[in-house]
Formats: sequence, structure tokens, C-alpha cells
Amino acid sequence: MTQTPNAAPMPPHPIVALDQVTKRFPGVVANDRVSFELWPGEVHVLLGENGAGKSTLVGMLSGLQLPDEGGVLVEGREVRIASPARALELGIGTVFQHSMLVPSLSVVDNMALGGPWWSRPDRAGVARRMAAVCAEIGVAIDPEARVGSLSLGEQQQVEIVRALMRGSRVLILDEATAMLTPKGAEDLGALMGRLTRLGIAVVFITHKLNEALAFGHRITVLRLGRKVGEIAPERLVALGPAAATAEIVRLMFGTHAGTEAAGGPPRARPAGAPLLDIEGLAVDDASVPVAGIDLSVAPGEIVGLAGIDGNGQKQFAEALAGQRRLAAGRIRLGGEAIERLDVGGRRERGLRYVTDDRLGEGTVGSFPISLNLLLKQVGEAPFWRHGIEQPEAIATHARRLVGEYDVRTPGIETAIGKLSGGNIQKALLARELSGQARAVIFAKPTYGLDVQNIRATRQRIREAADRGLAVILISTDLEEVLELSDRVAVMSRGRIVGVVDNNAEARSRVGELMSGVTA
Amino acid sequence: MSGLFTEAFLTSLVLGALTAGLPLMLAGLGEQISEKAGVLNIGIEGMMLFGAYLGFLVAYATGSVWLGFLGGGLGGMLVAAPMALFCIRMGLSQIVIGIALTLGAEGLTALLHHFQFAQSYPRLPAVETLAIPGLSAIPVIGPALFDRPPIVYLAVLAVAATAYVFRSTQLGLALQAAGDKPAALDAAGVDVVRVRTFAVFSTGFLAGIGGAFMSQVGAGIFVPFMTNGAGFIGIVLAMQARGRPLWVLAGALLFGACLSATTALQVAGVSIPTDVIQMLPFAAVLMVLVLFGRRASLPPALGTHYVRGAR
Repeated sequence: MTQTPNAAPMPPHPIVALDQVTKRFPGVVANDRVSFELWPGEVHVLLGENGAGKSTLVGMLSGLQLPDEGGVLVEGREVRIASPARALELGIGTVFQHSMLVPSLSVVDNMALGGPWWSRPDRAGVARRMAAVCAEIGVAIDPEARVGSLSLGEQQQVEIVRALMRGSRVLILDEATAMLTPKGAEDLGALMGRLTRLGIAVVFITHKLNEALAFGHRITVLRLGRKVGEIAPERLVALGPAAATAEIVRLMFGTHAGTEAAGGPPRARPAGAPLLDIEGLAVDDASVPVAGIDLSVAPGEIVGLAGIDGNGQKQFAEALAGQRRLAAGRIRLGGEAIERLDVGGRRERGLRYVTDDRLGEGTVGSFPISLNLLLKQVGEAPFWRHGIEQPEAIATHARRLVGEYDVRTPGIETAIGKLSGGNIQKALLARELSGQARAVIFAKPTYGLDVQNIRATRQRIREAADRGLAVILISTDLEEVLELSDRVAVMSRGRIVGVVDNNAEARSRVGELMSGVTA
Repeated sequence: MSGLFTEAFLTSLVLGALTAGLPLMLAGLGEQISEKAGVLNIGIEGMMLFGAYLGFLVAYATGSVWLGFLGGGLGGMLVAAPMALFCIRMGLSQIVIGIALTLGAEGLTALLHHFQFAQSYPRLPAVETLAIPGLSAIPVIGPALFDRPPIVYLAVLAVAATAYVFRSTQLGLALQAAGDKPAALDAAGVDVVRVRTFAVFSTGFLAGIGGAFMSQVGAGIFVPFMTNGAGFIGIVLAMQARGRPLWVLAGALLFGACLSATTALQVAGVSIPTDVIQMLPFAAVLMVLVLFGRRASLPPALGTHYVRGAR
């Protein structure tokens, strides 16, 4: 699958290079002394999970961001890329994940856009130059077509052609396959191959391992803002697909497999009849349809649901909680079918959902904590009687939970939106874990929290399982899943692609499943 | 009924359609430019009214119809200026500012008019017409359409000019992009704020002339609140025309015919209650909205403030 670069003799300098660049944002180091070299005639893949720092790195190449430290070199000379226009001048063209074309204009008009106001757009000239570039790289685009009527793959081709027409020798494709069909992704891969044969350098950003191997000549892996490894073309060829996969999985998901997994959950693996049983669950969704989910969770068991964000986890969780219609499937809680019940009905029977959208759907920011703790029980006795609020009962309930769950707040009447993320999460946990909870779904429970609150939240999850609750833990943080779960299910493209016991091999198995390499 | 459709009646009906429709057309054309660029210009009613006022004042003071129209255009642009500042530059709500400008223009013109013309109500002399040789001799439509003040011909030419700008100039592409995907326009090196500011001032100019037409040609006098919702009908026209200037012209004449039918039917002494007759134009607006409202397509970025880098 892997091709050798087509460039003739290696030039003395890389066409573009980043030299030990560091970029900080409030609270995070997005790129920490990252070096990166781009050679003509090569597809250089930038691989990493969400939040690994790929976008920041690309931002510095395409003129959206300036590095705080370190230098950017174009053909060996240090440059300052302060704007996308400057990047274009230097021959660096970027195709962003979200199209930068005007849908209601034709292809030529999009390319002609930006001349003096009263001039006529040079449509014939643009179409001619476009045809030349198209012929050179082997794509067919109707110049008169309205952009909005083209497929996303075709729109991407238009943007690539436009970048080349402006003289780009470096092409950055940011998550270019994320929105494409498998066929579209394949076509793009073939196109990248033809581009490199013309001596163009391509930066291809992706989090899909199989695409990296199929399309890339050189692979750089980022993890938590650091460059954790680079595989040069010769090495990539020498390794072969299987060994390269192993190497990349090791780089992407950490080297300390075994050591930490061994110190995993000390609890005995719970056994017994499943408490929560899901069979053939399917959800219709325009972006990620979910289908054929079978999963059962025993009382006291934590099943981790790992996977790269946006692979149907959210749709699955919401369908389970009753916030979305099921297209098919059954859900049984303690033997009772609950798939026809609404959110309230499921909650009454003990199914709880801790959402990751804490301020959006989890709480009403301007309401006091006391009411937010009862948000899913409004109108129920003893807090409301005949539709009348019972302030004493509400306050007692709130004081008890705030104390029990250690919510740090000036008072129970404080608007919950004023609290820190960690304390809002504590309040949410208090609401969902108290009362007659039997099964709980956690969606990215520690996302965006600080270390202390992460630890506290994970402790709550463990305690919930120890109390005999069935727990589904959805997380994009593999460390978290491996630390807490008894079993790990991996979700990819709306399906569960594998369930593995959390043992010493779990890390690499899960890593492979997550990356779409189904061995 | 045969007595109703005399040549004189028909001529007055067509003439009325033109007189009532022309301000609507100018308003609709102006609104269309703003909407194309992504600005929902609700202040257009105020722009028309201020144009009507200033146009009348200038024409009365100088005795020149042309200066009057120029004054009307400037009057509209005076109201457009705060819209451009608050909505385009500062990003305040286009709807709130638009309503404020309309209400403000209504109050201000009524107040100024009250102080200036408390004692007397001067009328302007009838505007001279320019007969187009040959065409004006056609029965019925000849005198109604081709023996009109020159501003009428210019206004119709403005429709053609706008259609040309939309289709065949960089400005047209820029306006379209500003309303559809401002980020793409910005990336192409065109200043979105400038394009939108230009659009709003064009709207003010055209709407102001439309207002001046009402006071100088239609009535010969300024009356407070005289635009009476013409700007809002212009908004409806612009939305229904879906970015095509010629459709604005056609729609404006249709609405103008409905408006003039009220007068014509009353003159003809048809035995329908006048209230019903006066309802006709608004019933027509309702009909059009009910029938075609669903199909009105608006630019995706309409009414939103453009901020670079924000999604």
C-alpha cells in the first residue's frame, strides 16, 4: 500500500519546516517544542487524537496562529506567517475541514472572487487556467456548476485546484476525509498521490490510522501537544503495514501498556445476570447512524465505551436515556422492557444519565442549585404539592446533597452557572446518583475538569459500581476507560466494533479497534 | 360593467399602478441589495420617509425636481448611516436598530414638518413629463407609461443596472458572497464590512428616492407618515424576488395595480364598501405571502454579524 516518494534527488532544505515551536493557549500548551519537516513530493501525515495539537500545528503553517517560541522556515529561510494571505504568498495553501467556498456561486465565480469592484470577473480566463490545472492533476470539474450542488468531495477538489491555481507548492488538508464517504476518501488519496508526483508537498491531517498508512509517505504522531514519533518513508516501507500499525498504536496510545493496566480495578469482576441489557439498538441520525448495538451490564460492573469522539457515542447515550427515538432495538432494565418509556419513566425505574453537556442540557445556568438538583423531578412530591413549590423540602434536599457530594458553593440559592465546571459536575452527579438509581450512563464525565475534580469524579463512578449499579462509562480518554472499566467496548462509525476484557492486552487491542484497524 | 372599462379608466388604472408601484419598486430594489449582502434592513421604511421629507423640502426650497430627488436619496442615506455604524460595524441587532430607525424617522419628520408648515401647506407644482416619441401614442398604456417624469425611466433603468451589477461585476459576486458565506469573501481578500456598508447605503439612496417620488410626484406635498408601510412592502417584494431585480419590478407593478385599483374603483363608483376596496393591497400582500412565502429563499448569513474566525 505504501508508496515511495516520487521526488527526484532530495533538495538540501525541506520546503517548509517548524523548528521547536511552542504554542500556548490559556491553560494549555497546545504544541510543546514540536519540530516538523515537509519535503517536496511527499504526503506527510499528521496523526493524533482530538486535542493532540494537530489543528494548532496546522494553524501555524497556514497563518491562523503565530508560534510563541520556535521558528517557521520556508526553504531554509526563517519567515513569519501572520495571515492566510501571507501563507499563500509563500506557496502554502490550506483546505480547511469546513468549506471556504460560496455555495450559491458557480465554481469559476468562486475562483474569480476578489477583484476590483467595478471590473467584470474574468470568467473565461479563470475557466481556462482551471482546466489546465484540472488536466494536470487529473480531476474533472464543471466550471459552471453551482458549488452548492457539488458533493463535499468535489468541493474539496475545487479548493485544491484553487490553491494550486494560486501557486501553492504546499497543500495542507485539514481533516480532509472527516466529512467524506469512503469512496470520496479513496479518491482523495489517489489525488494526493498524483499531486506528489508533480512535486507538491502535502500535509494530511487525520486521526484515522488506516488512511495514514494508505496515503502517507511519512508519518508524524502527536500526543497531548508533543511530537511522540516520526516514521520516515524508508522505515515505513521497511516495516510493512502490520508492524507500522503496531508502532503507531504504541505511539498514539502510550508506551506504558501492561504496567498500568495491571494495577487496574482491584475489584473482583462482578458476575451475575445483566441488570441493563441492550439488544439491537439502532438510532437514525443524519451524521452518525447508530445500528446493531448489543451490550449488557451486570450489577456492579463498569463497561467502558471507548472510541474517537463523534462515532455515535452521544447518539447511543441519548437513545438509552430516552432523549432520542430508537429506530430499532430493546432495552431491558432488571428484566423490564423500558424502550417505550420516556425520559421520566426510565428515570423512575432507575436509569440515570450524566450528560457531558453540563451547562447546555444538564443544568439551567440561571436557576439556583436547589432547583437544578430537582430539574428532572419538577412537580413531584414531596417537593411540590398540587403544583405548589415546597421551599422547605427543596432546601433540605439540596443541603443534604450539597454536603454529601461536596459541592463547593456560597449557598444553595446560588445560580449554578456561577460555579466552576467541577462543582457543576458534582451537582450533576448528586442529582443522577442519588435516589433509586440502578443503572447510570456517564458521558465524558471528566471532560474539561481539573486534576482534582477528575479524581473525585472517578471515585464517584467507582463507588456507584461498588453500590451495585450498572455503569456505562463513555469516554474519549483511553486512560480513563482503562483505569475504571471491567470491560471495554469500542465504538466506531455508529457500531460497537469489539468488546474486550480489561487485561494486559486491552490497551493495544482497544487502540487498534479505535483506529479502524480491525485485525 | 362595460361602462367601467372606459379608456380613461384603464389609463388611470395603469398610471396609478405605476405611480403607486414605483416607490415600492425602488424600496424593493434597495432592500434586495442589502439582503443579498446579508443585511436585513428593516429601517427601510424610515429611509423612505426621510427621503420623502427631505426630497419635498429640497424641491420646495430650490424649485428643482432633480435636486429634490437628490435630496431624497441623501435623506435615505442619512438614515442608513446609523444602520451601517451600529449593525455592520458594531454588530448590534439589525432588527432592533431597524425598528428604532423607522420609528425615529417617523417621529422626527412629523415633528419637523409640524414646525415648518404649521400655518400653510404648500404644494409642489406638477412634475413635468417627458413623452417618448412614438410609444406615447399607443392607446391606454402610451400616456400611462411613456409620458411620465424622467425619474420613472431612470428608476426602471436602475433595475436593469442592478441586474447587470449582480450578474456581471466583482461587486455583484462580493454582495452575493457577503450574504452567503462572508468568511469565504474575507478569505478572498475583500472587506466584508465595506461590502455590507456599501449595500446599506445603496438601500438608503434608492429608498430615499422612492420616498421622494411619493412626496414630489405622487402627492406633491409631504404628509407625516405618508409612506404608510411602503418600505415594509418593499421588504416583502425583495424576499419574494429571490435576488432577481426584474422580479422586484414585476411584483411592484402588481402591488401598485392593487393600490391604484382602490382609487380607480372608488372613482368609478363601484358599489362595494370603500373599506373593502382599501383592504385590497394588503389582502394582496397576504395572498402572496401565503402562496409563495414558503419558497422565499434568503441568504444564509442574513441578519448575522460577521466576525472573522468565528464559526
